[in-house]
Amino acid sequence: MPTAPPADLIARLIDAVAATVTAHADELTALDQAIGDGDHGLNMRRGFDAVLAERNVIAAKPLPDALKAIGLTLVMKVGGASGPLYGTLFMAMGKELGASVTTADVAHALGSAIDAVKARGKSETGQKTMLDVLVPLHAALVASPHADMAAVAAAAAEATIPMKAIRGRASFLGDRSIGHMDPGARSASLIVAAVVSALEG
Amino acid sequence: MANVGIVIVSHSAKVAEGAADMVRQMVGDQVPLAFAGGSVDGGLGTDVAAIMAAIEAAWSDAGVAILVDLGGAETNSEMAVELLGEERRDHVVVCNAPIVEGAVIAAAESSGGSPLAIVKQVAEELSPQ
Repeated sequence: MPTAPPADLIARLIDAVAATVTAHADELTALDQAIGDGDHGLNMRRGFDAVLAERNVIAAKPLPDALKAIGLTLVMKVGGASGPLYGTLFMAMGKELGASVTTADVAHALGSAIDAVKARGKSETGQKTMLDVLVPLHAALVASPHADMAAVAAAAAEATIPMKAIRGRASFLGDRSIGHMDPGARSASLIVAAVVSALEG
Repeated sequence: MANVGIVIVSHSAKVAEGAADMVRQMVGDQVPLAFAGGSVDGGLGTDVAAIMAAIEAAWSDAGVAILVDLGGAETNSEMAVELLGEERRDHVVVCNAPIVEGAVIAAAESSGGSPLAIVKQVAEELSPQ
């Protein structure tokens, strides 16, 4: 019988993701300077600093409510387009997840959340965005739940390098966006790796 | 009949304020008008909470039309509209129009008493189809 994650696991997940975002903020900013407006690292760090500041309040909530609270905090604090995109991802997962959290439940919730992100960003896969990490991750969760999800996400982020940006600021660059990893794909893969390592730890 | 409210959302506080100044000068004061510009920390960017406050400030029973500049301004405006709650969000639209010209044209249309759908349509006629 799957049980709800305890508060200390939610706190550990928040700590792990916030630490990763902070540690890689300069790298995300550098990626964004290449093809965007150079604020992705700064924005993500501001957002997750705000989540970290609310950590104990959020961790005391049931997981669905904790995810919604994280999403709303990101919406309000990140700025840029990544605020509403990541915010929608977390809020939609919170809306879909019940008290039980099996791998199948998470896969289902992630699938619905991906649809919400697509609608929010008016985007699809193959357009050099965070979706190019989230969609392969979802496929892997459904097809082979025991695969190394951090590796799946990292490979998917790498695969955005040859893509041409169709959405977001990078799309203004057209062909010049080719050859750079998408910053949103990179941040998504970093978050996945942090979640995986916190779950294993 | 109430006039449609106009909200201007730019990455830059100066652009947002300047566009609002132009609306006031060219259209006058009978149209509810508010703007949001800049990120949470005062830099370039957009801020969902500030956009929600601007929608509140320009609220009208006839609805509110939002004019935006680049990508994140549109995404954050749509997010703000969604967070308004069921009752209000159906009375707010984000216009696909140039921010300065769109704001002036939309406000002029609103000042004549046009409904929200027409205000949006007239502003969007400025965009290349």
